[in-house]
Amino acid sequence: MSLWFWLLLACVLAYAWKLVGYFVPARLLEDPRTSRVAGTMTIGLLASLTVVNAVASGQALAADARLGALAAAAVALALRAPFLVVVIAGAGAAALLRFLGWN
Amino acid sequence: MGLEPAETGPRRASLAGQAVKLLASPAVRVGISISIATGLYGVSFGALSVTSGLSVLQTMALSLLLFSGGSQFAFIGVVGGGGSGIAAMSAATLLGMRNGIYGMQLNALLRPGGWRKYVGAQLTIDESTATSTGQEDPAEQRRGFWAAGIGIYVLWNLFTAIGAIAGSGLGDPKQWGLDGAAVAAFLALLWPRLKGREPIAIAVVCAAATVLAVPFVPAGVPILVAAVVAALAGWFSHGRRDEGLEPDIEPYGEHHHGRPGAGSADLRGQQGDGTQRGADT
Repeated sequence: MSLWFWLLLACVLAYAWKLVGYFVPARLLEDPRTSRVAGTMTIGLLASLTVVNAVASGQALAADARLGALAAAAVALALRAPFLVVVIAGAGAAALLRFLGWN
Repeated sequence: MGLEPAETGPRRASLAGQAVKLLASPAVRVGISISIATGLYGVSFGALSVTSGLSVLQTMALSLLLFSGGSQFAFIGVVGGGGSGIAAMSAATLLGMRNGIYGMQLNALLRPGGWRKYVGAQLTIDESTATSTGQEDPAEQRRGFWAAGIGIYVLWNLFTAIGAIAGSGLGDPKQWGLDGAAVAAFLALLWPRLKGREPIAIAVVCAAATVLAVPFVPAGVPILVAAVVAALAGWFSHGRRDEGLEPDIEPYGEHHHGRPGAGSADLRGQQGDGTQRGADT
């Protein structure tokens, strides 16, 4: 199946989630567990995506310049840098480490 | 002919008056500043998306149609890591669940009617919700939602296009450290949600589950494994009701967040918010 298919399906489902809130009676979603799961899943998915992008290389684990990017981003965030600065710090660290010979 | 200036004069004055009135609204001002801050990081999304292997057109489709930063980054993150389209779609969709919660909050708060529901739904994201629920006056809540929602939509798409076009001319993305930029982007999306011991524990457990799963399942699937772990943690544990439902960029600064009395349907600040936040700062 082409990437376009899954991409457009993701768009349709994203809009469906958004609409659900406006049309489903509030009491159906009042169960605190629903919003808890939505929130914990957000944290879990973002943590997982961070790690996958830092150490996964296909089905293998790798320690490369991306770990430097992770560290640089953490420092930038701890210093309360804005989003774009954090991203640039990550890119800069990875590029610099590669330039120095650590892949 | 001679009457025209007399006719347009007052109309122009009233339009200008309305614009001044809108700009005097605190919610609109917050909405505009959050639009600029959020819109700007659309540049990084655009650039990362094309270097992950998506075309400029596919990148724009995500920003125009999907329009939810976390889910968009998730989609390209899975594709960039060699994952399948179905895994990318699943990760993006699971991450979009919280927008349904926001929709419910906003529906109770703003009570939009007719077509406004359908347009408002597309603009329902972390930042527009936070801008709206941070206001107390119903009129301001409405202005804040629309100002942030429309502003972010326009700027996010504009900057996505700039990033995508610039990114497609970059050559080898690794040389520029763009894989490192993706790591940084995800950490930056996660960071504002790590307020307290519980979210940090969830993040650590999910990160560990991901690392353990990587060698055994196809690319992209470890992210879904982590989603299941996180969902189970949310279902069986008892903690803040709005855990993880923080915007990427906080419109009202750290201490304004979660103020009570922002509306009956507002989940922010209902359960143990003050105590937990207070204890962690």
